[in-house]
Amino acid sequence: MATELMVNGEKRQVETDPQKPLLWVLREDLDMLGTKFGCGMALCGACTVMIDGQAVRSCTTPVATAAGKQITTIEHVASTPVGKAVSEAWTELDVPQCGYCQAGQIVSATALLAKTPKPTDQQIDSAMSGNICRCATYLRIRKAIKQAAGLEEGAAA
Amino acid sequence: MNAPLNMNRRALLKATLVGGAVLAFDARFAFAQAPGEKAIIINAYIRVNPDNSFVIGSKNPEVGQGVITMLPMLIAEELDVDWTQVTAETTIADEKVYGFQVAGGSFTTPMNYMPMRQIGAAARQMFIKAAAARWGVPEDTLTTSGGRVSQTSGSTTAKRSVTYAELAAEAAKIAAPDLKTVPLKDPATFKIIGQSKIGVDTPAIVAGKPLFGIDVKKPGMLHAAIEACPAYGGTLTSFDADAVKALPGIIAVVPLNSGYNPKGPHDAVAIVAESWWVANQARSALKPVWNTEAQKRFSSAAFKASAEAKMAAAPEGSVHKAGDAAKALASAAKTVTARYDYPYIAHATLEPQNCTAHFENGKIEFWAPTQLPADGRKVVSEALGIAPDAITIHMTRIGGGFGRRLMNDYMVQVAQIAKALPGRPIKLIWTRTDDLRHDFFRPGGWHDLKAGLDGEGKLVALADHFITYGKDSKPDTGAAMTATEFPAPMLSDVDLSVSYVESNVPTGYLRAPSSNALAFVFQSFLDEVALAAGTDLPELMRRTLGEARVMKHGNRPGMDGSVPEFNTGRARAVIDKVCQMAGWTGRSGGDAGNGVRKGRGFGFYYSHRGYFAEVVDVTVAKNGKVSVDKVWVAGDVGRQIINPINALHQAQGSVIDGLGQILSGQKIEIRDGAANRTNFHDYPLPRIGDAPADVVVEWVVSDNDTTGLGEPALPPVIPAIANAIFAATGKRIRSLPVVPAELAV
Ligand code: FES
Ligand code: FES
Repeated sequence: MATELMVNGEKRQVETDPQKPLLWVLREDLDMLGTKFGCGMALCGACTVMIDGQAVRSCTTPVATAAGKQITTIEHVASTPVGKAVSEAWTELDVPQCGYCQAGQIVSATALLAKTPKPTDQQIDSAMSGNICRCATYLRIRKAIKQAAGLEEGAAA
Repeated sequence: MNAPLNMNRRALLKATLVGGAVLAFDARFAFAQAPGEKAIIINAYIRVNPDNSFVIGSKNPEVGQGVITMLPMLIAEELDVDWTQVTAETTIADEKVYGFQVAGGSFTTPMNYMPMRQIGAAARQMFIKAAAARWGVPEDTLTTSGGRVSQTSGSTTAKRSVTYAELAAEAAKIAAPDLKTVPLKDPATFKIIGQSKIGVDTPAIVAGKPLFGIDVKKPGMLHAAIEACPAYGGTLTSFDADAVKALPGIIAVVPLNSGYNPKGPHDAVAIVAESWWVANQARSALKPVWNTEAQKRFSSAAFKASAEAKMAAAPEGSVHKAGDAAKALASAAKTVTARYDYPYIAHATLEPQNCTAHFENGKIEFWAPTQLPADGRKVVSEALGIAPDAITIHMTRIGGGFGRRLMNDYMVQVAQIAKALPGRPIKLIWTRTDDLRHDFFRPGGWHDLKAGLDGEGKLVALADHFITYGKDSKPDTGAAMTATEFPAPMLSDVDLSVSYVESNVPTGYLRAPSSNALAFVFQSFLDEVALAAGTDLPELMRRTLGEARVMKHGNRPGMDGSVPEFNTGRARAVIDKVCQMAGWTGRSGGDAGNGVRKGRGFGFYYSHRGYFAEVVDVTVAKNGKVSVDKVWVAGDVGRQIINPINALHQAQGSVIDGLGQILSGQKIEIRDGAANRTNFHDYPLPRIGDAPADVVVEWVVSDNDTTGLGEPALPPVIPAIANAIFAATGKRIRSLPVVPAELAV
């Protein structure tokens, strides 16, 4: 069955099972490998994408339910000023260790700042609580979000 | 610009590396990716591009420990190029060219700090020789900087300089100097080593580029999902291949034997399809029937009962015996006894196990997220009955290792699938449940401890009956304790004994293996001993360590065969340092009102040649939930922190990893010979809200060899948290993980 998707501002047509999770449509049908598989049960956040501005776990999102909505993935997240600020802070602070969770972290952080430009510490921890980092880069994730939000002076030091 | 070298005419340069490993320092193409059309290969680690930029090889797998940045830093420093001129690549896995290639044991730094510098320095000499020959001047009139050779003195007054790129074709033909005698820089002149460099892959990770094993894509590739026998060692009786093959998109159903479980055969069935999602969905139609009769008797409850029975009986073996512990304990002024235990736990790398392989004409090529490719080559060679030389292994970036990917079971699996479907690359991906159920777990264990103090509050005797997993007097993989477990070597009356509980569960190495469990046991127990001695743990440690001296660290040799030493002075220095950093003033903690309790704890551990002392502050809520507020870390890994930003990140990550082991509820239980956890809801990892506000790290720089940082910061935080919980609540944590309900008020 054909599903029409709006991915990163482009119209994409996929011929697939409507129940196939968006994660696997991105990775297998659209050859966009930035979005990662970690748990398949909306428990780790590695597969996070934005759908109409909301951080969503693509591993449990049947592709049919994403039809016609604006999907933004890690490959395109830096195209908005907020996403760009997040990505730059992530690089400057060298947030990643193994890096596997980081696509999901960056998308979640971007969704947070798009809605809440100056989050409190609690808002940061709560918005990011669905994203596991097995390497435990959490201190830098907090710092990078604050830096991207312009909340911490000299945070890049 | 020079013409590219003809690959068949390039010079063959050989040299021997320190540490006994013979390395063919061989100017052949060995990098993971094809060189740019005009790049010139100087040696197996260095390629020069016409624009005078350099591709430098990193020979070890990258699991997030930062070697793909650190190893090229070492080479670039001595090559004398600017870091901005460098791009880094992981080399191919080839032990004949690169020697021992591993991400494990915190070995990369101690085994490569000098050799990689020597390789950079040797290449620099080759450029100098090439310039000297071109200009007809003595080498000692030439200097280097920023990837150029310059003449600044000598017979000609004219200053001249030439880029390495312009010299590359000539340099590549010059015999490499002896690595052992090649001059190295004075560390005071380092421009790259000791400077913080962000990970070379960081921009690509942030951009979502496909770097990981799971991202591998090859023309014509098929995808495989796997259904493995839940009970370790079980065999396949039957399955419904027809039902699976009847489903759309299914290419093949391949029964296989992992051939890897060290405890015997372990059967599985692979489903191959055009899409991994389709293959994985089809598992529900497979209806495998397993024969697991022989495994039914293995369960956590049975292990516990057996351990308790063994504890009550005479030990089966001895780990270390000195003097007469029984007599010394009987005559001690005070004795302390306690029992400790910890469970099987999983690695839970965030990137699930996966591997891609392509079998054709009796040869196989891998794109493997493996921490130990040489073992992968060996086990695949055995499983397929093909020569090691018929196996090519490309190392991908790895989404977390923690020791899980030292075991190459997934390589054996995908090799068998690829052999069944020759000519098509196959990518095998496990689900999270597969990953949690088919790990090589950190083995659990039990300890029955007794310590004796003299009248001055000094520890004088120690006995431990250690119950671990094993059979026929042999511990399972990663389940051993050594004779040098602290504080045994410090005492003249010691009895470390051992008994074994049989299990079918495969075990392996988890970040800081054995240390992650034994630090908890011994540093927590020593806190109990300190209390009985009327003091705190840092002070008891100082008393026990005694004066500064170097002791053999016994039978825990490194993979390079050398035996690490234990320097009591270095231990004291990090203990003193962390106490000063945290403002430690002795035991402190207690009621903070409204059922909230606060406490401070300390832990020290020496592992992987690194000395670490840590202090933590915890808050225990009314409902028993423990949060770690702040952690102070003092570490000594020798005279040079190579990449300070990454060193900090490794230490911080290790601390939060250890925090997860004690506080997140990590525990694998065994029923009917199978592990019972399925995903992150029943096998939780620390989340952002569990991270402390800060983990402050300071280095005690000592004049000792530079050693690794992937592991040694982890062990001490576990007892430090346990001891802080005791300080806060008066409840001793003697069993992992912490159960919050038991701390509720
Ligand atoms: S893969 Fe989707 S939340 Fe883990
Ligand atoms: S960086 Fe490794 S899982 Fe987050």
